[in-house]
Amino acid sequence: MTATTDVSANQPVLIDVSALALLFETLREQGYTVVGPTVRDGAVVTAVLDSADQLPYGVGVETEAGRYRLRDRADRAAFAHSAGPQSWKNVLLPARTRRWSADRSPDGTMVVSGPDEPRRYALLGVRACDLAAIGVLDRVLAGGRHTDPVYAGRRDGNLIIAVECTEPGATCFCASMGTGPQCGAGFDLAMTELVDDDGHRFLVRAGTPAGAGILAALPGRPAGPASVGQARDAVAAAAARMGRTMPAVNLPGLLAANRQSPHWDDVASRCLTCGNCTMVCPTCFCTSTEDVTDLTGDHAERWQRWASCFDLDFSYLHGGSVRTSGQARYRQWISHKLGTWHDQFGMSGCVGCGRCIAWCPAGIDLTQEVDALAAAAAVTS
Amino acid sequence: MSTSLASRVTGAELPLPYRVIARHADTDDTVTLELAYETAPLPAFAPGQFAMLTAYGIGEVPISLSGLPAPHETARRLTHTLRAVGAVTRALHAAGPGTVIGVRGPFGTTWDVPSAAGHDVVVVAGGIGLAPVRPIVQAVLAERDRYGEVVLLVGARTPADLLYRDDLDRWAAAGVQVGVTVDRPAEGWNGHVGVVPALVASARFRPGRSVGFVCGPEVMMRFTARALTDRGVPASRVRVSLERNMRCGAGWCGHCQLGPLLLCRDGPVVDYARAEPLLDVREL
Repeated sequence: MTATTDVSANQPVLIDVSALALLFETLREQGYTVVGPTVRDGAVVTAVLDSADQLPYGVGVETEAGRYRLRDRADRAAFAHSAGPQSWKNVLLPARTRRWSADRSPDGTMVVSGPDEPRRYALLGVRACDLAAIGVLDRVLAGGRHTDPVYAGRRDGNLIIAVECTEPGATCFCASMGTGPQCGAGFDLAMTELVDDDGHRFLVRAGTPAGAGILAALPGRPAGPASVGQARDAVAAAAARMGRTMPAVNLPGLLAANRQSPHWDDVASRCLTCGNCTMVCPTCFCTSTEDVTDLTGDHAERWQRWASCFDLDFSYLHGGSVRTSGQARYRQWISHKLGTWHDQFGMSGCVGCGRCIAWCPAGIDLTQEVDALAAAAAVTS
Repeated sequence: MSTSLASRVTGAELPLPYRVIARHADTDDTVTLELAYETAPLPAFAPGQFAMLTAYGIGEVPISLSGLPAPHETARRLTHTLRAVGAVTRALHAAGPGTVIGVRGPFGTTWDVPSAAGHDVVVVAGGIGLAPVRPIVQAVLAERDRYGEVVLLVGARTPADLLYRDDLDRWAAAGVQVGVTVDRPAEGWNGHVGVVPALVASARFRPGRSVGFVCGPEVMMRFTARALTDRGVPASRVRVSLERNMRCGAGWCGHCQLGPLLLCRDGPVVDYARAEPLLDVREL
């Protein structure tokens, strides 16, 4: 180990890109499973990583409505890509989870055991938008009357290493949702990647004692005002380069007032009700459960899996589904995301990551749909 | 990073074993189960709240509380009435005495019966909707002096579909105005024929001093609530019990949304002033 730095709170430190290897080693020594970005199947995905070599160095991303492509970058930046098809939801609220298992004895007695103890995850490369999304999941699943013990268990041991966004995509609009691109709170470490003639390095600040402890193990040097200013400027420039903007209107009011709008017919003529938007959304939390048994019938398990409000089955009630039309299902999704989420949880369900726009096979763009609703409302009022 | 996972797991998450100690067949397809806990009781349920009942290895359904324990009973027994309509309810319907089933709860809002003290109580039920309102009548009769007139209007498809006939007779004898109507009469039926909202007009109660409690199919609740408000009961004093797909009961699964409401948390009991504009929107 080389010379380490004495890190006091909020004292930003510069580390070289080579220190990422040591970061991985330190995290592993402390018992963390590292999850971070890597290239797989033509996309930057979120996966369990063994080493810093798996990070997507030199990989950029081009997004547009209904489009996502990797591109080579001129530099070797590891975090210069906007949101991919996955989010931290894939780790914290996986697509399939066993909620409990139970065994029944001949006299009918049941012994029910809770979920498996999860691993402790270090989440590496969390953007400001996704940091906000984790906050939304915390509120929904662990901030109400009943705490979801499975979610809370997976969330408890997390170490969050945020990387501020300096390369927003064409589908990004976190700045207009007030969630990014700078990271405010909720991280253990926040890094800003700097790549230029002075080298490839990260400005790092600690948000918690746990983060400071990790940072202290890395070879770093105090960041001078020039580096701090450069990082700040890069994030500020990102805020100015968002490809999309959410219209600055009262979204809950607009959506509640437009439940009967003819615009839903227009959206439904394009929407395939495939549910892609709900799968890639970092805050879409809806799930279903299914109970299964082994062949004896005495060992039973309850599994939870992602559900989508675009599925017909989602609203099934003895005799039929409540929301059968595409109009009603799209209206439910966008109204919940931008409107009734406030009623239910006191916050927006949208963080402006743009995933639903990029991964919609029909290229439906929720910022444009809001624009259209607002324009129609302005005409009729 | 603190609490162990085991300590977080509560009756909201893991089904607790309850044993069926009595099974009463109410109709051809509907039973009332009395349940006693095996290891530990869940917190007390209030009228209007519901439990998630697990048929072992098959699945789970939300079922409202359909009876209060007798006053002398301290064992925190649970009473649930259910109709066999799907795989889970068919299995629960078949559960005889001795069968162990899983129970989670209590979930949801209550009828808040005590807030009707000093008022006339108007209870209107359609079909299996009589089950969730039965504890209201029981609670009111247990403290009869605190309430004014008590009206119970019941609709069923046919006389054979009527639940709790013994209770209806007993309650009528105790001074409850009981009105019963059926959609299709059978031989020997001398009572009303027609929909239950039609009985509201002739019931005796003071509209300005009444609280309405309504449970049944959604269309029945809308017409009943309208009949009550037409007579002058304020919509804010008419309570309805709403139903949507429910998978968790605890606010985690997202299925039970009705506009701004998460019905497992903000319902099932909702006052009609809040519910009406939401029920007016098709496919909301």
